[in-house]
Amino acid sequence: MIVELGHFALVLAFAVAVYQTIVPLYGAMRGDQQLMNEAPAAAIAQFVLVAAAFGALVWAYLQSDFSVLNVWANSHTAKPLLYKITGVWSNHEGSMLLWVSILSLFGMAVAVFSGNLPLSLKARVLGVQGSISVGFLLYIITVSNPFERIPLDQVPMQGRGFNPILQDPALAFHPPLLYTGYVGFSVAFSFAIAALMEGKVDAAWARWVRPWTLAAWTFLTLGIALGSWWAYYELGWGGWWFWDPVENASLMPWLAGAALLHSAIVVEKRNTLKIWTILLAIIAFSLSLIGTFLVRSGVLSSVHAFAVDPGRGVFILMILLFFIGGSFVLYAARAGTLKTGGLFAPISREGALVVNNLLMSASAAAVFIGTLFPLAYEAITGGGKITVGAPYFNFTFGILMIPLLLLIPVGPMLSWKRADLFAALQRLTAAAGIAIVSAIAVAAIAYGHPVMAALGIALGVWIIAGALEELAIRIKLFRAPLSTSLRRLWKLPGQALGMTLAHLGMGLVVLGIIASSTWKEEVITSVRPGEVIRAGGYEVKYLDERREQGPDYIAEQARFQVSRDGRPIAVVTSEKRSFIPRGMPTTEVGLLHFLKGDLYVAIGDRDKKGRVVRVYFHPFIYLMWLGALFMAFGGFVSLLDRRFRVGVAARARGNAAAQPAE
Amino acid sequence: MNKFFAIVLSVLSIAVLTPRALAVEPSEMLKDPKLEARARAISKNLRCLVCQNESIDESNADLARDLRVLLRERLKAGDTDKQAVDYLVSRYGEYVLLKPRLSPHTYILWFGPFLVLLIGGFGVYYARRRAAASKAAAKVEAALSEDERKRLDELLKS
Repeated sequence: MIVELGHFALVLAFAVAVYQTIVPLYGAMRGDQQLMNEAPAAAIAQFVLVAAAFGALVWAYLQSDFSVLNVWANSHTAKPLLYKITGVWSNHEGSMLLWVSILSLFGMAVAVFSGNLPLSLKARVLGVQGSISVGFLLYIITVSNPFERIPLDQVPMQGRGFNPILQDPALAFHPPLLYTGYVGFSVAFSFAIAALMEGKVDAAWARWVRPWTLAAWTFLTLGIALGSWWAYYELGWGGWWFWDPVENASLMPWLAGAALLHSAIVVEKRNTLKIWTILLAIIAFSLSLIGTFLVRSGVLSSVHAFAVDPGRGVFILMILLFFIGGSFVLYAARAGTLKTGGLFAPISREGALVVNNLLMSASAAAVFIGTLFPLAYEAITGGGKITVGAPYFNFTFGILMIPLLLLIPVGPMLSWKRADLFAALQRLTAAAGIAIVSAIAVAAIAYGHPVMAALGIALGVWIIAGALEELAIRIKLFRAPLSTSLRRLWKLPGQALGMTLAHLGMGLVVLGIIASSTWKEEVITSVRPGEVIRAGGYEVKYLDERREQGPDYIAEQARFQVSRDGRPIAVVTSEKRSFIPRGMPTTEVGLLHFLKGDLYVAIGDRDKKGRVVRVYFHPFIYLMWLGALFMAFGGFVSLLDRRFRVGVAARARGNAAAQPAE
Repeated sequence: MNKFFAIVLSVLSIAVLTPRALAVEPSEMLKDPKLEARARAISKNLRCLVCQNESIDESNADLARDLRVLLRERLKAGDTDKQAVDYLVSRYGEYVLLKPRLSPHTYILWFGPFLVLLIGGFGVYYARRRAAASKAAAKVEAALSEDERKRLDELLKS
């Protein structure tokens, strides 16, 4: 019964979404206040209905109601509670429902939090937001129904269980975070389309768009970081990024979103770069849609398979064509009507942000081309196969990233409109000095690839030191009494502090990647109890192993004594699990974190000489995820900036140029 | 994370799943550490043909194992790195390379991102010129007040 109610709520939500699209947009066209005022209530109603549908599916999972096809295919009574809930979005139908739930949540949030938005803009934003819901709700109702029942006389006693590799806390939260990021860009998109309809973009517009973009980007950052952290400890050899099409699908909107964040600053502060910012907002969400299409349509496994069973894929493709094609047509028709704003010299804060945008867009293009090239190649040559793998991405992406990373500390030092590059660099003397010293130090003591390591580490240090130096200048550290500096730090606007944190995080990510990839140690060998493996300056002694019974799996558990110079430090266990419902093996690595890096122990099968064991030492790899956390934290801090909330919109509308330049 | 979706796909029986658990086995490794290091480096750039964008170094699919062993046999027989790779390409096609070779049919792939950068750069350049021109024009117009313009018109008429 509840399942049917959920299904019914979904159909109602579709009807409401149609209403939310047509009535406010028509009202905005006619200038009819009454019709425009319908938008917020519709957005809220739509969310309530979609949430009810989502709740019904969760309920079916909690009850292990195997008469629902989706529950039967993805759940099992022996599953722990948490994984019963996460089972909801571990499959196609459920994850699409999650997608729409988050979409309507954002719609409601816009309706609730945008009290000071001009009525026509608000109506249009919510109308466009509603139209996206229409497309995806129709998709779910017609070809991807999560509430489908199994005929009553055939209801099985037990579910098939979901893939054991997903039974993991990090993966439980990975999809919701990632989707919040993806779908969050829909708000920026809706604002962009609404602005094109209105024919007006100003500083106030940018100020309204930026928090939503920031929120989406922050969640996407967390989602990607969590996914790669999971890959790192779950897949058993310490890889954390594979340039897999599905990962690329999340990286592309992340890059476009980061570019959008930066260009929106220029619109807000200087009232220029508007046409470009609108385009970026459209691109960021388009890439989210393309990502959904890539992952959800099955086109990745092969174009051929897609052509044979096109039902869902073609539906998503139609949604894609409508929104991307439609928005670009609208853009082409209306972008010319937007007035260009203030001029700026090539060397200025605006100029630096333009370069940032060019490089980020080009690197997003590299990911895009590399991901889609094999598909295009297969389609054009009629079945020709070509592979584009990690080496391609590392090369092209790397080349584009290096200048971008080098410029991170310079940009914030430049003043708006016209800047003195020499003076800006002078302000970075300390950062440059620290970077050079660290390069020399690394080159002197490093083994492996000293030159690459030295340059890479110096780059990371340069970004971090540059971010800190910018902060020091801002709070007049060492130039004013400490108490003054601290007071200035306390009073620093959230946006400024957020930028420092995010840039700092980027530097940490660079350090983590360079250190772990150049100095990784790896030992793969077979051992018998009592034998010792050495890696990263630690001794790992294989003690014994036993069988362990989990809730829905059986594990072979090996124990290792880790010591350094003969002094015991810890005992780690490393497992191989075999899950009962599907009989699939997973690895649970033994992981020890040290300041110097991670000691990583994974066990494999048994061979003639004993147990196959892989011991890795990943130096400073944790800096990467720490850096991602810093970036996300920077995003949150920036969101807390009071200027996003208090009635600043009205002021900003009047005199954008008079705002203090940050 | 890719695994996550790979599995979702496999549940839908769209893709065949090959678990990415463990790769190179000690029994396959060559005794000569230099030769083994070369084999490892090469195998990071070769695709396990039945997997999703995985190198044979990472994959534990049977085919990946066969390729690893084959590659090591070639190296042991005295092949250079290039010869060994060429041999595998001749047997399995260019599909086996994770890094496609630069040739006319991959120009878009290799030059595309930089082309985007170039086009973007030109776009910025032209937008700036246009903006500067329209600004300059606006300035000339704004420099004259309404009265001045009237007088100017009269002067021009007379």
